[in-house]
Amino acid sequence: MTQTHSDYRLSQLDQLEAESIHIFREVAAEFEKPVLMFSGGKDSIVMMRLAEKAFYPAKIPFPVLQVDTGYDFPEVLATRDNWVDRLGVKLIVASVEQAIKDGIVVDDGKTSRNRLQIGTLLNAIEENGFTAAFGGGRRDEEKARAKERVYSHRDEFGQWDPKMQRPELWSLYNGRIHEGEHMRIFPISNWTELDIWDYIGREGIEIPSIYFSHQRRVFQRDGMLLSESEHNPLRDGEVAEERTVRFRTVGDLTLTGCVESTASTIPEIIEEVAVARVTERGATRGDDRFSEAAMEDRKKEGYF
Amino acid sequence: MSATNMDLLRFATAGSVDDGKSTLIGRLLLDSKSIFEDQLEAVEATSEAKGYDYTDLALLTDGLRSEREQGITIDVAYRYFATPNRKFIIADTPGHVQYTRNMVTGASTADLGLVLVDARQGLTEQSRRHAVILSLLRVPHLVLAVNKMDLVDFDQQVYENIYREFTQFATKLNVPDLEVIPISALQGDNVVTRSENMPWYSGPTLMHHLEHVHVASDRDLIDARFPVQYVIRPKSDEFHDYRGYAGQVAGGVLKPGDEVVVLPSGMTSKIARIDLFDKEITEAFPPMSVTVHLEDDVDVSRGDMIARVKNAPAPSQDIDAMICWMTTTPLQPRQKLAIKHTTRTGRALVKDIQYRLDVNTLHRDQATNELGVNEIGRVTLRTTVPLLCDPYSKNRTTGSFILIDEATGVTVGAGMING
Repeated sequence: MTQTHSDYRLSQLDQLEAESIHIFREVAAEFEKPVLMFSGGKDSIVMMRLAEKAFYPAKIPFPVLQVDTGYDFPEVLATRDNWVDRLGVKLIVASVEQAIKDGIVVDDGKTSRNRLQIGTLLNAIEENGFTAAFGGGRRDEEKARAKERVYSHRDEFGQWDPKMQRPELWSLYNGRIHEGEHMRIFPISNWTELDIWDYIGREGIEIPSIYFSHQRRVFQRDGMLLSESEHNPLRDGEVAEERTVRFRTVGDLTLTGCVESTASTIPEIIEEVAVARVTERGATRGDDRFSEAAMEDRKKEGYF
Repeated sequence: MSATNMDLLRFATAGSVDDGKSTLIGRLLLDSKSIFEDQLEAVEATSEAKGYDYTDLALLTDGLRSEREQGITIDVAYRYFATPNRKFIIADTPGHVQYTRNMVTGASTADLGLVLVDARQGLTEQSRRHAVILSLLRVPHLVLAVNKMDLVDFDQQVYENIYREFTQFATKLNVPDLEVIPISALQGDNVVTRSENMPWYSGPTLMHHLEHVHVASDRDLIDARFPVQYVIRPKSDEFHDYRGYAGQVAGGVLKPGDEVVVLPSGMTSKIARIDLFDKEITEAFPPMSVTVHLEDDVDVSRGDMIARVKNAPAPSQDIDAMICWMTTTPLQPRQKLAIKHTTRTGRALVKDIQYRLDVNTLHRDQATNELGVNEIGRVTLRTTVPLLCDPYSKNRTTGSFILIDEATGVTVGAGMING
């Protein structure tokens, strides 16, 4: 048996874990058809770990859903498959490519894959009849997220109305929805980027290799270092060169920048994050840069 | 620098931009290096575009477009910062009376409440209201930050007067721990570093107090309460007979061998073992999320509560509670609502509105027969299912509930059970 603390003290990481597990169990008990939105990124991996712990030794009682932009990093897809295999959960892949072919979303050549994910995701939620979708959003990420509830109500169009949010008190979550509506659930709302890394380090769980320092051919665009790729043809004046880099977030590879870094272990990453002077999204996410309210606007439309 | 052994303090701030609340939060975030360059640059650019002479740190916390447009905080914003030994979650709440419900929301999970007053103004109706709400929500630690001391020449007398007036007022409230700190959020006096301008003040700086205030003992470690959230039955060959009751400990300490009663059925058994993921543990205490196994095959499901045989809450369908009403349609007698208490859900009928509490004066208006939005009153309810509850003053988890409008599904009320 494991000895617990004699002074009944729980570290902040244990408290965050306990809160998140409570949320997972609450949703599994109260919603008919939950799903976990799994990108293969570090936040969704922490969610998977928490879900694993919440229901152990039973399997996670809901499927995981990945929105495949067609521009995902192969390393991320490999990690996704390992997690899904190990936990024996059902994986549903909603493909942006397929959504474009089916006319569900329109690729006008200007809209990013990130934005096309919204329609693809909402269609997958509707088609499968999901009533609750877990997302890995954290409140420290961005201003609009700082005000979002753990249970975030979406109307039948998948929209978020920041002015009509339900009050959320104590640990009493209100999961009432009408036909056609669904709830986004953010079980790691109160975790910070540093907490995520501390937890990954403590739990010793697998994350995609691109989070660690590696050699990669990259080029500069809009102040970001992007990966050279067939999906991301070089424009006039852009030159690719090999650098030592790692990714702070993973998303659509045409929009997700990397940072120059030699951090090749979790403690080194924690060290780097602790002294970072720029938010992870500000540094490396083209999708959040378009306006001060970029995230708020995408969230209203039904983004993660 | 690892957060693995840090502890956690959740605190709620109340006040308006005029009290310097946003400046104070901005300073706490800045001085703990929790603001990033791109965030600071964004608010600097916005401040400049609006023609301000200074960087408006309020823009850091006003997250929604409508808030930025109106220049006010409407909703609760959660902010995060950490010092080497403690992580802090700030529930930043708006101060005006029309946002009382948002302040109640922020206070519901807080270990500490931080009320700001402007030293020039002294105690105002608003600061009294903030203290009343924090005390109603049983936030165990209260800090009154007397801000803008630089504008009163760091005068000890100004501080002393506010101190005296507030402590006198606080005797009418339930404030177990109070600290009154003279600060200047703008200049940084007594926020993180000790002020050289106020040698007469010997108490802690705000940051020192936040870092050291003892919160672990605020939990009830005596009265064991375990609301069952979910029954884990793997139905796999390996764990064929596994039947565990999952939940988050709401009070007391649970140990294998404890004689327990399952409510509301009243069946008794013993705790066979307690699991935390794949490990067996020797004791479980709040706020751990664990899985409890009983020795006997008794019928236990979600909404039940496991407690000690000689220390269990009495199931009750008649509930006497303070309610904060949160929607524009008033609460009236005979109204029927859904109620959620711990993991238990039922329906509630409003029997009587005993009085409305004036949160500014503590006056009890007994002539009223309804509660409007953002009003707080004492209400009697009759529920369809017995609630397994404790007085809110004893346990904030088993003593609280929410009320839900059955037609819209919206959370319309927050309740704290009297006893």
